Amino acid sequence: MDQNHKNSSRRDFVKHTGLVAGGLLAAPLLSRANYFSGADSTIKIALVGCGGRGTGAAMQALLTKQNVKLVAMADAFRNRLDACYTALNADDISETTGKPGNVKNKIDVPEERKFVGFDAYQKAIALADVVILTTPPGFRPIHFEEAVKQNKHIFMEKPVATDPAGIKRVLVAAEEAKKKKLNVVVGLQRHYQNSYRELYKHKDKIGDITSAQAWWNSDGVWVYQRKPEQTEMEYQMRNWYYFVWLCGDHITEQHIHNIDVINWFKGSYPVKAQGMGGREQRTGKEYGQIFDHHFVEFHYADGSILNSQCRHQKKTMSKVDELLVGTKGKIYTGAAHITDSKGKVIYQYDLKGENDPYQTEHDELFAAIAKGEYKFADAENGAKSTMTSILGRMATYSGEVVEWDKSINSGIDLQPKVYDWAAAPPVVPKPDGFYPCAIPGESNFV
Amino acid sequence: MAQEQVKDFVPYSQKIPGTNFSYSMVAIKGGSFMMGSKSDEKNRKPDEGPSKEVNISPFWMGVYEVTHEQFGFFFRNDSLSQGSKVDAVTRPTPQYIDLSWNMGKEGGFPMNSMSVDAALMFCRWLYEQTGIFYRLPTEAEWEYACRSGSQTPYFFGDDASKLNDYAWYASNSNKKYQKVGQKKPNPWGLYDMLGNLSEWTMDQYSDKYFDSIKANNPMIPPLSRYPRSIRGGSYMDQADGLRSASRNHSQASWNKRDPQVPKSRWWLTDGMFVGFRIVRPLNQPSKEEAEKFYTLYLGK
Repeated sequence: MDQNHKNSSRRDFVKHTGLVAGGLLAAPLLSRANYFSGADSTIKIALVGCGGRGTGAAMQALLTKQNVKLVAMADAFRNRLDACYTALNADDISETTGKPGNVKNKIDVPEERKFVGFDAYQKAIALADVVILTTPPGFRPIHFEEAVKQNKHIFMEKPVATDPAGIKRVLVAAEEAKKKKLNVVVGLQRHYQNSYRELYKHKDKIGDITSAQAWWNSDGVWVYQRKPEQTEMEYQMRNWYYFVWLCGDHITEQHIHNIDVINWFKGSYPVKAQGMGGREQRTGKEYGQIFDHHFVEFHYADGSILNSQCRHQKKTMSKVDELLVGTKGKIYTGAAHITDSKGKVIYQYDLKGENDPYQTEHDELFAAIAKGEYKFADAENGAKSTMTSILGRMATYSGEVVEWDKSINSGIDLQPKVYDWAAAPPVVPKPDGFYPCAIPGESNFV
Repeated sequence: MAQEQVKDFVPYSQKIPGTNFSYSMVAIKGGSFMMGSKSDEKNRKPDEGPSKEVNISPFWMGVYEVTHEQFGFFFRNDSLSQGSKVDAVTRPTPQYIDLSWNMGKEGGFPMNSMSVDAALMFCRWLYEQTGIFYRLPTEAEWEYACRSGSQTPYFFGDDASKLNDYAWYASNSNKKYQKVGQKKPNPWGLYDMLGNLSEWTMDQYSDKYFDSIKANNPMIPPLSRYPRSIRGGSYMDQADGLRSASRNHSQASWNKRDPQVPKSRWWLTDGMFVGFRIVRPLNQPSKEEAEKFYTLYLGK
C-alpha cells in the first residue's frame, strides 16, 4: 500500500477501490492486503449480532495482540446491543480472562455508531475493516454477502445459512472473497483446536476412513417466552432457536460441528442422506417447529457412511463426540487418541496442550490481517458443512433419500420476503397456537 | 425441622419427600487442629502455611461426594425455573455439551463440572426442601474433616504408596472419576476426601490464607468468582496434590471453551475434575440468617 492510501481515511479508501475495482482483481485490492502493516494502523471492527456469542467473539477479537478497535455495533434489538456494550466495557473482565484489566480503551462505539433493526448490519459493516457476523444463522448469507461486497475481512459463526438458497449465496460470495483476498474465518472452532489439528495430522494411521459416528446429544437450549406486546416477527426473532428459517434446527445449529469434523477428516462431503427424526419431548408451542431428535446416515461418494445422531431430550444419555473408523484403526476425537484395529492406543494427544479454540480463531485471523497476509478461506467449507447438516434435516423432515446435488440446487428459500417487525414471518402459528412441524412421509423437503 | 428430626449429633440419612434421593451425613465433632502443612513436609507449597491452630465448631458432612443422581433431582426438576435472575432457588441452565465427558453418570458417579454457584444453589434447594441449612464446607472445615486427627501428609500417614487404598488419582484412575465410596474411608468415615473429584469450599482462595485467618471457624469471604478454593485433589492429580494440606483454586481457564460472554454462571467447560460435598452446621442459623447467607453468596 502506498503512502497515499495509508493516509486516506477508511471510507475514502473503500470509495476509491470501489471506483477502480470494477473488475475485482484490480491492483488496489491486491495491495490492500498490506493496509494494516504500519505500526500506527488500527484494525477497525464491527460487530453484527450482539448476543452472548457475539459478545464473546467481540471480546476475543479485542483480546488479540493486534491493534484493534471496536467501532460499530449492530443488532435487531436495542436491549441486546446495550447489554453487549456494557459487558465489553466492564471495568473488570477478569471473569472472562482470569487477569485483571479491561478492554475499554479498545472500544469506540458512540451512540451514532450503534445500529438497531433489520438493516443495521449494512451501516455497521461500512465503518470497519473486519466484521464479526454472529446473528442467528438465517441472516448469515445476506450479512456475509454484504461484508464481501464491502471488501471486509470476516469472522462469521456457524452455521452460515439455514436453507439451500442461502448456501448458494454464501458459496458465490465465498468465491468473491477469495478473489478479493479477504480473510474469512468460520466459527467451526474444532479446526482451530490443538487436539483436532494434531489428530488430523495423524489421521493416516487409521488407513482409509470407511465409516464414522457423530453425536450431539444433550438437554437442549434456552427458551424465550412470548410476551403479549410482541409481534409474531419479534417473538420469533427472540425465540429464534425454534424456527427453521432462523436456526436451521439443532442438527444445523449445533450438530454441524460434529458433521463438519467428519467431512474435514474425510476430505469430502456426502452425496446423499436418509434418516429419521421427530418431536417426542419438545412438543409445546414454545418449541416452535424444530425436531428434538434426528438420526441420519450420510453416504459419501466412496461408499463410506457417517451415522449422525443429535438429540435435545432431557434425562437421556448426553454425548458430544466424533469417531472415525478406518481400515487400520479408529480416531476418537473426544479422548484425543487413535487406536489400532484391536483397540490399542497408538497415538494420544496430550490434552494438557489443549488451547482455547475460540480465542485462537481470532488470534490467527487478526495476526494475518495485521501482517497483510491472506491465509483464511473458511467460507466454502463452512457452507458445504452447513449444507451437509441441512441435507440431514431434509432427510429427517421428509423421510426420503435426499441427494446433495438435487438439494443444493433446489432453490429452497425459507427467508422472509419482507424484513419488518409488522411483517408476517415465513411460518406462522396455526389457529390453535401450534406451529406446523414436519411429518416424515407427508412433508416436502425443508 | 432440623433439630427435631435428628435428636442426637449422630450420623443420619435423609430422604427428600417425593424422590428416591437420600444422602448420608456423618457427625464431625468440634475441636482444634493444626491447619496447614509442617514446614518440612515433602512437596509442601508456600500457600500451605505457616500452619496455624484453628478451632472448628461441630458439623455434619456428606459421607460421599454429591452424585449425578442426587444433583439430578435438583437440576432436572421441571418445577423449578432455570437460570432465573429473580428466583431465590433456580436450576442451572442446560449443559450445551455433555460435561461428564463420558466418564459415567449412572450408578453413583460423582457430579462434576459445576460452578461453585451451582454447588451452593444445590444446598439452597436442599434447605428449601428439608428446612435444614446446608452449605459447602469452609476450607478449614474441609481440612479438619480430612485430617481426622492426623498431622501427617495423608490421613493414613506419610506413605504415598498407600494412596491406592483410599483414593482415585492419576496413578489408578484411568483418567476418569469413579463411583463414590469404593475406596476405604478416612478415620471419620468420609469417602473420597482425597482424589476422585476436587471439592468446592466456601472460601475465596488466598495464597496468604494463613496470615489473614482468625482462629475460630475461619473463612475468607468469597467476593469474586475467581479464585475460589478447592481441596482434596482429583483423579487427574499426582500423589503430592492429594495431601491433606494441598490447596488449589478456580481460574478463568476453567471456562475457556465457553464461547459466550458472560461465561456460564453454572458450568465449567474445562473443570471436569471438580465436584463437592455438603455440610450442615450443628448450630443452625435462624431462617433470616439462612436467607441472608444464601442471598449474600448467590444473590436473590
